Amino acid sequence: MSSINYSGARPLVKRYHGLVRLTHWLNAVFLVAMIASGLQIYMAYRHFGLRGEPLGFPNPLDGASIPEWGRMGGWLAGGLNWHFAMAWPFVITGLVYLGFLALSGEWRSLLFRPRDIGPAIQMQLYYLRLRREHPPQGKHNALQKAAYTFIVALGAIATLSGFAIYKPVQLSPLTALFGGYELARYWHFVTVWLFLAFTLLHVALVFLVDPGSLRGMITGWYRGRFASHD
Amino acid sequence: MTDRPRGLDRRDFLRLGLVAGPASLVASCGWDGGAVLEPKLRAFSRVNDWVGEKLWHSSSRLAPEYPVLARTAAANFPSYSITYNKTGSFPYPPDPEGWRLNVGGLVRKPLALTRPMIEALPRVTYTVKHHCVEGWTAIATWTGVPVSAISALVEPTPQASYLRFDSFDSQYYNGWDLKSAMHPQTILAYAYNDRPLGMNHGAPLRLYSPVKLGYKLTKYLTAMTFTRERPGGYWEDQGYPWLGGI
Repeated sequence: MSSINYSGARPLVKRYHGLVRLTHWLNAVFLVAMIASGLQIYMAYRHFGLRGEPLGFPNPLDGASIPEWGRMGGWLAGGLNWHFAMAWPFVITGLVYLGFLALSGEWRSLLFRPRDIGPAIQMQLYYLRLRREHPPQGKHNALQKAAYTFIVALGAIATLSGFAIYKPVQLSPLTALFGGYELARYWHFVTVWLFLAFTLLHVALVFLVDPGSLRGMITGWYRGRFASHD
Repeated sequence: MTDRPRGLDRRDFLRLGLVAGPASLVASCGWDGGAVLEPKLRAFSRVNDWVGEKLWHSSSRLAPEYPVLARTAAANFPSYSITYNKTGSFPYPPDPEGWRLNVGGLVRKPLALTRPMIEALPRVTYTVKHHCVEGWTAIATWTGVPVSAISALVEPTPQASYLRFDSFDSQYYNGWDLKSAMHPQTILAYAYNDRPLGMNHGAPLRLYSPVKLGYKLTKYLTAMTFTRERPGGYWEDQGYPWLGGI
């Protein structure tokens, strides 16, 4: 071994369990399908609120036309059939992922808890260049925990609001929880844009801050800046 | 360290497949699979119908009722018909004086009911929310006779598993599962907001139920037929979910 041993500087560690990687990429595919078919469905009635009674919540896309490349299914029936078919693998993938987190104890390194508030502020100071050195972290820093907790909660809200508008009579208590059918439909639509905003930030941070994590999420093996493991 | 094998290895093939599969699909029929996947999606929609009928639908759960004040202004309550979309005028019964609702199929006592006969039957009035498959909602009061009451008159045979509703609106028709049809809020309506049903809402008689999407609520009724085989429907035959239960 005469050549420089880079692996000595940054150890190669097994980072992501196969189930995490599988559900991560499956989720990416199903989420795209859910959003695109959902936008096709939105095209059929591009407003919120009862007929003649606008909801009064902001919707910059009121009456807007979604470009064809952003839609799936071709027409309302096609969009519905895609949406209700993809909902199954989307929800199952999410449940498998959550089940894995619960059984493996991995949730501890992902769930944002009150004690993470201080470290989250320190991380934010570091990103704002108000703090010189990167705060110590485990597998994920406090801001990452906040982001990954948020996205799981968002997935749950998207799913539940989806059921609330799928069966507003049979699941009327759930629909009422969202403030009724019209509001549930609104929240369901809002989750689309939160998902897209998260994904843009998520992908940008992977490439800007920790490109090694992309390899980690594909192969499971990680050799990057944040090798520490809890 | 071993030398990398020359040519394509197993991984390369996997990568190639991952890219080539979707790419050829997109190239041949649009990125959503278009006509190739459409029949498979329709077939899968039947799974959701089954779950919707067996699991979600409760025979006793009633759709919430609203105060009369909550009604959507009549001018804002959409109304459409296939005939209207085609010709610009609402469908008109071929023989208005001779109009009857023919109730038959797998029944012991087939009936032909006139409007006065139907209005003499026990009536149900409710103010409920209408859910259109497009996503809009509107509230109105409907008055009519429960389908279950008509069913009791004609006595369906044990072989009857579905109900087919026919209309004089350009062959518009629907198929219903019996469980939803016998729901206490499923009615044959002859009044909208306390007034006789207008031509725009399906006069002389229409199907109404707050537990189904609007496209299941056949207007301009001519017949109600108990069947053994599952009937299709005007929109359902074109790809809309068959059950349409909410």
